Amino acid sequence: MSKMINTRKGLDIRLLGGADKVISDLPLSSTVSLSPIDFHGLTPKMLVKEGQNVNVGDVVFCDKYNNVIKFVTPASGKVLSIVRGEKRRILEVLIETSEEQSHPSPKSFDLSTLSGDDIKQVMLDSGLWPFIKQRPLAVIADPKNQPKSIFISAFDSSPLAPDFDFSMQGQTEDFQIGINALAKLTDGDVNLTISSSTPSTSFFNNVKGVKKHKIKGKHPAGNVGTQIHHIDPINKGDFIWTVNAQDVAIIGRFFQKGFFDAKKVIALAGSEVKSPRYYRLLMCSNLSKMLEGNIEEENSRIISGNALTGDKKKVDAYLGFYHNQVTVLPEGDNYKFFLTKGWLGPGFGAFSNSRLYPTFLMPNKKYRLDTNTNGEQRAFVVTGELEKVFPFDILPMHLIKAAITKDIDGMENLGIYEVAPEDFALCEFVCTTKINIQEKIREGLDLIQKECM
Amino acid sequence: MKFLEKILHKNESKFEKGGKLEKFYPLYETLATFAFTPKLVTTKGSHIRDAVDLKRTMMTVILAMVPCLLFGIYNTGHWAEVAETGNRALDYWSNCGPKFLTGLTVVLPIIVVSYGVGLAVEFIFAMKNNHGLHEGFLVSGMLIPLIMPADVPLWMVGVATAFAVLIGKEIFGGTGMNVVNIALTARAFLFFAYPTSMSGDKVWLSGNEVDGVSGATALGDLASFMSDKPVFESLAAYNSEYSFCESFFGMIPGSIGETSTLACLIGALILILTGVASLRIIATFFAGGFVMGYLLNLMGGNPYLDLPACYHLVIGGFAFGAVFMATDPVTASQTATGKLIYGFFGGVVAILIRVLNPAYPEGVMLAILFMNVMAPIIDHYVVQANINRRLKRLKTT
Repeated sequence: MSKMINTRKGLDIRLLGGADKVISDLPLSSTVSLSPIDFHGLTPKMLVKEGQNVNVGDVVFCDKYNNVIKFVTPASGKVLSIVRGEKRRILEVLIETSEEQSHPSPKSFDLSTLSGDDIKQVMLDSGLWPFIKQRPLAVIADPKNQPKSIFISAFDSSPLAPDFDFSMQGQTEDFQIGINALAKLTDGDVNLTISSSTPSTSFFNNVKGVKKHKIKGKHPAGNVGTQIHHIDPINKGDFIWTVNAQDVAIIGRFFQKGFFDAKKVIALAGSEVKSPRYYRLLMCSNLSKMLEGNIEEENSRIISGNALTGDKKKVDAYLGFYHNQVTVLPEGDNYKFFLTKGWLGPGFGAFSNSRLYPTFLMPNKKYRLDTNTNGEQRAFVVTGELEKVFPFDILPMHLIKAAITKDIDGMENLGIYEVAPEDFALCEFVCTTKINIQEKIREGLDLIQKECM
Repeated sequence: MKFLEKILHKNESKFEKGGKLEKFYPLYETLATFAFTPKLVTTKGSHIRDAVDLKRTMMTVILAMVPCLLFGIYNTGHWAEVAETGNRALDYWSNCGPKFLTGLTVVLPIIVVSYGVGLAVEFIFAMKNNHGLHEGFLVSGMLIPLIMPADVPLWMVGVATAFAVLIGKEIFGGTGMNVVNIALTARAFLFFAYPTSMSGDKVWLSGNEVDGVSGATALGDLASFMSDKPVFESLAAYNSEYSFCESFFGMIPGSIGETSTLACLIGALILILTGVASLRIIATFFAGGFVMGYLLNLMGGNPYLDLPACYHLVIGGFAFGAVFMATDPVTASQTATGKLIYGFFGGVVAILIRVLNPAYPEGVMLAILFMNVMAPIIDHYVVQANINRRLKRLKTT
């Protein structure tokens, strides 16, 4: 094991409503949804029609501009509808699940005899490819590229994140097989980064065929972006692939069982959840069974993913493709009188990384935060605050400004290839002037993709 | 506070598009967002946001200026009485109440004019651009009175403020976009447009010139060492008039808010503890001033050059500039390393101008304005160093 990586910068946002360590099984929901919006920059080409019957693992759509990348249904049934939005953009494909789940007869794989190219082909054909994301750009990996290494984070440090060591119990073997398969895709290392606070009994410590790293620090220590930056930084022209730990297990299960079995354990957390806990469900499932009657306040925000990077959803919406948690927080659409709960109040219930609020006096208190922006958007005024939560040797303010001004040279020089919007989530959180930083970085990355890749 | 909320929101429709008072929406927005944190919610990206906002940040700066303001009012009152009675030896701490009231009658109108004119200009631009008032001027409006001589005519304050807000800020795009510090722009404008009212021996003491009362500041007197006709015969004579302690506590004539180093340090403490101002800038600014003062000591030659370096830090506007002016995040360096360089050279240049250029008895204003202009260049090299580190990594792999 290599040396401990210490990141001093960062911030743990202490939210109320962490998930209890209990796993409930959620029955198969009556519909599942595969949404092209979960994959940034994807233009889907539909390969099914409404009313068509599908089996588990059947291709639903593919990438219009790179049609080897296919997206498959995790459940069998009938295509209920293809939901379109403005300009006929496909928002989601709803599949009505059948009572009896049917999948094609399992294939058997012998990983030891398969070459890297074989595995790549199998993964592309079976719809496992979208689990692999690439840096730079943080989009689905382009199978034509050679990654210099693969990164998997064994923990999630974001607010109310699930504990993978708990949620992936019983998937040890799947995870190992998944690692074995991924290892064949690169000439470099498969890097597994474990938190310094993970107990030594954790199965992650016994995974073989990976280069293990330990990292210590506040969020975003668990983000692959932070880990890549400290272990094997990306230069222009490099590619690194990243996979979520749970998705590695899904890949492993495919190679073991021979068919697409995409069950995973997610955390339902947040101050508005009556009984926050873990749920075992099929990916892309409808959330209503989990949420109905389980939310304190009607005026709440359902977030698929964590509070910093997740997607806003309705109660009867579906779990995002890459998400391992659902967070429910109170909406903040109410006025706050300036002397009591507003901008000049004592602020004992408010959470702030700055010392303008008494948060720093209560290091163990957990907070019920709502979705209010707590102020209006302004031009950048305050300096130095973003740097405190950004554990990269990158100047966040300058990179953001380069992205806003569409300065391609500036972005390249300042390190745009190393970052994803999620790495800036904390910067966006602490920003006094309430600028939507993740959006700006994504726009910058889109421009880079268009002009330089 | 429900009734206030009701009143505000009952009338909201009048100010919205198509309403009778549509033009005045910025005014409404300013008042409404002052009284209530608005109900804006996040839409994408981070769903939760830090509680801090620009209003609270700016309010903290104003709070940090209160010690300077209160002491400044008293100090102004004291020197007004000195000028009136012609008794330079007047006990500083006697007759406190009336002195404070006298000070108030001098300072309050300046504050009112500064805020009045500044906010009026800001509102015109806010209405033109159809947005609420941005918070930047809340601080500038208080800084401007604090760096004015007590007997400055009110119309000058008004003209200077209007100039600073217009030329210093709004033509660049408003709060957060300015190149140089707004308050110092106002001061510089007066300094160059009405030099006789801003320096010389008639200012600083409010009231009539009376025989036997020197009207200039400690700095003016010190600067005279560099000329043929020094006010004092030696440093010792100077020291008996303005001791280190008196300078530190601020019991000397000078601009309204700048005299008391102690009050500035209390402000600095508030700003540093809350994290609003950069400790790097404040500390290096003082360090730069001290180093330059020490170098001048080594050079020596006349009493001013021999003035102990620590004196430089407590006289004139040095401390006030270091704490409230140099730390303005918009105009200072934005990188951590850049802040160290920016602060240090700010301090060095301030003392350099102060001592070696007899035309400008106080160098802090020009030094900070100069460093404001230099800050982007400093940042450029810091950013370039970061870029080079990344390029080097590319070469080694």
